[in-house]
Amino acid sequence: MERQLLSGNEAIALGAAHAGVRVAAAYPGTPSTEILEAAARFPEIYTEWSSNEAVAVEVALGASYTGVRAMASMKHVGLNVAADAFMAAATTGVRGGLVIISADDPGIHSSQNEQDSRNYARLGRVPCLEPADSQEAYTFTRLAFELSEEFDTPVLLRPTTRVCHSKSVVQPVEPAAITLTPQFVHEPAKLVMLPGAARGRWPKLTERLEKLAAWGETAECNHIINGSAELGIITSGISFHYAREVFPEASFLKLGLSYPLPERKIKEFTAGVSRIMVIEENDGFLELQLKAMGLSVIGKAAFPRTGEYSPDIIRAAAAGAGLTRPGNPAAAGDTELAKRPPLLCPGCPHAGIYFTLSSLGHRSVLPGRQARPPRLTICGDIGCYTLGAYAPLSAMDTCGCMGAGISQAAGMARAGLPEKPLAVIGDSTFMHSGINSLLNAVYNQANICVLILDNATTAMTGHQGHPGSGVSPAGERRNNVVIENLVRGAGVADVTVVDAFDLKAVRNAVKQGLAAGQLAVVIVRGDCPTLTRKRGKPRLVNEKCDDCGACLLVGCSAIQRDEDGHIFIDRSVCVGEYCTICQQVCPRGAIVEAETAS
Amino acid sequence: MNGMNILIVGVGGQGVVLASNILAEAALSAGFEVKKTDTLGMAQRGGSVVSHLRYAEQVASPLIPAGEVDLLLAFEKLEAVRWAHFLKPEGIAIINNLMLPPLSVTLGTAAYPGDAAVQAAFQRITPSVHLVPGTATAEALGNAKMVNTILLGYAVRFLGIEPAKLQSIIEAALPARFRQTNVAAFEAGRKLEAID
Ligand code: SF4
Ligand code: SF4
Repeated sequence: MERQLLSGNEAIALGAAHAGVRVAAAYPGTPSTEILEAAARFPEIYTEWSSNEAVAVEVALGASYTGVRAMASMKHVGLNVAADAFMAAATTGVRGGLVIISADDPGIHSSQNEQDSRNYARLGRVPCLEPADSQEAYTFTRLAFELSEEFDTPVLLRPTTRVCHSKSVVQPVEPAAITLTPQFVHEPAKLVMLPGAARGRWPKLTERLEKLAAWGETAECNHIINGSAELGIITSGISFHYAREVFPEASFLKLGLSYPLPERKIKEFTAGVSRIMVIEENDGFLELQLKAMGLSVIGKAAFPRTGEYSPDIIRAAAAGAGLTRPGNPAAAGDTELAKRPPLLCPGCPHAGIYFTLSSLGHRSVLPGRQARPPRLTICGDIGCYTLGAYAPLSAMDTCGCMGAGISQAAGMARAGLPEKPLAVIGDSTFMHSGINSLLNAVYNQANICVLILDNATTAMTGHQGHPGSGVSPAGERRNNVVIENLVRGAGVADVTVVDAFDLKAVRNAVKQGLAAGQLAVVIVRGDCPTLTRKRGKPRLVNEKCDDCGACLLVGCSAIQRDEDGHIFIDRSVCVGEYCTICQQVCPRGAIVEAETAS
Repeated sequence: MNGMNILIVGVGGQGVVLASNILAEAALSAGFEVKKTDTLGMAQRGGSVVSHLRYAEQVASPLIPAGEVDLLLAFEKLEAVRWAHFLKPEGIAIINNLMLPPLSVTLGTAAYPGDAAVQAAFQRITPSVHLVPGTATAEALGNAKMVNTILLGYAVRFLGIEPAKLQSIIEAALPARFRQTNVAAFEAGRKLEAID
């Protein structure tokens, strides 16, 4: 077959397709999102965006119980949501191969923490495979399905951001000839985990680990590269390539199976080298196990315990610990340069609501004016709209994990916060786990105001579908849940729906929601402009403008100042009449429709 | 054609990732081992974007170590300065003559480097700095979004890749309705001259 240049995520999807996967479920999350998107291009695979990661694992597990191969993919923090389902799968084992992919994010490119998914492998006594590049992402995915069936276990595949999103060459091999008909065989002792049955299963997990460790002794995915007898490096994942770049002469033991470890192979390797380094991103997961084996290794004592690795970081750390001479010290970059954080897009429906919250909450300050103490307590959540935390909007006070905003606000209200707290959540996050929090708020009569920002998509990760949008990963129509019906059905009496681009209506709805003596939900509705790609006549700043800068507080990147300090609008990115937020904000009426569309 | 380390930098929405994908495919079809990786921060949405592309007989890390970049292709001036230190001595810098001030600059809380600062950032590394009117040329052709194709057209003279090969990959990467105009943009880029 032809060589292809694929991202790690595309390679995982291709590997799964070539392994004969029938069902793939996921909740989108960077860096894992494209796995399901790429899988959706294979018509023989049923793909779905599940409402959250626990659901995705349960769907895949159910499919596996019928004897077909299935997978669930998510980002590392998604595995927290799926932890219960993951442990259930670990306990019952599988029928058809089941692969659970949790993509870690060393360096926190787009996450709320840096947790190491490998710890879940140990928790569930489940094998963990760590690909280092796209070729391995492809090969290990196929291997994972085989291991899963052979050892009656789900397999955790743990790529990292740099593997998911980098592209390298993949040489695919012939697809597996898997023709399985779904069929359910009744076996309660395996699948019904009442204590009696569970007590029978749990020791099997330990047996399974021992067999896997024995398998790992001779497996190709754990391989030795003979080099210098001075320095032996034990590593896994992308760190292998970084370490090869910095220490081309060293001997390597590259572990593809990072749990359980092949002890004999490790001892054989370490016996032949005088100094052993362990180079791994995130936790000292291998290091701890190696030390428990009684080996003396240099790991996190020399290499960083946090952050993403790179050849530069490994070289600097090794030099700092006296393990190598410093390389050519590259001139450091200029750290004083103006940063360029991501922003809400021009025409974003969230801009108007955040502008409103920002002005009601005394967050926005005109250039040169004194800042006032902020008002309003705004519990945020995870999605595109988290960008509202950046200046000039600065309209977010908390952001922890998916769906947490509503419950945090309820907790604050119950704790006796004098002012009514606000929770801001996007539609996809609401479907993911916000609904649970809302049910709780209804039941426990939390006096809070919930703003559901409905842009009809999961925008942060690139416009995936969810139960409120009714679009499948392959772009087909599916049923959709109407948020206001759901909210009313949950028992919320005070429900308002407003147009996100009508600033007056938004302001009134928020004020009313805050004034109401009970739980109030405001659904702020407006399409994501990058999804609909609707473009109208751009806005124009005319001579009435006195350059006060009020419009800059909208945070729209189309609004700029020229070198003389005059405000202008970049007509190539303004979405025009589908937005008009700046027009509604300008105190002088200086923003108008341009005569012609650009 | 020899192997190369190429760093492409710019702002979300400028087409940095597409440009690097096109170059990567060209290197693949020339028989190289290719690795590339894009760093997008929190998605892109107007933030800094940087793409590392390496091709050679053998490539280990997809990330290029600082000081080992042969060619820096910058779509914007502030981003050019941010990544200048990745160039190796005597490496080549191609900088699109465009200022996109981040919001902090517009709001007056941060400063944008002036042309002297941009020059100074490169002076101590390399004399091969090419400031090119990419965006102006794209606008003249009718669409600022074609700046990536124009810059690829300019860069091809340093890559040792057959222009015809790169052009066919550009055509394959784009939907039919953009093909004609992008071929013209690529041609314009090939003819483009640097500003002194
Ligand atoms: S357009 Fe309006 S809001 Fe913006 S600076 Fe001019 S007068 Fe002020
Ligand atoms: S109408 Fe104003 S706020 Fe909306 S996209 Fe255009 S410039 Fe930005």
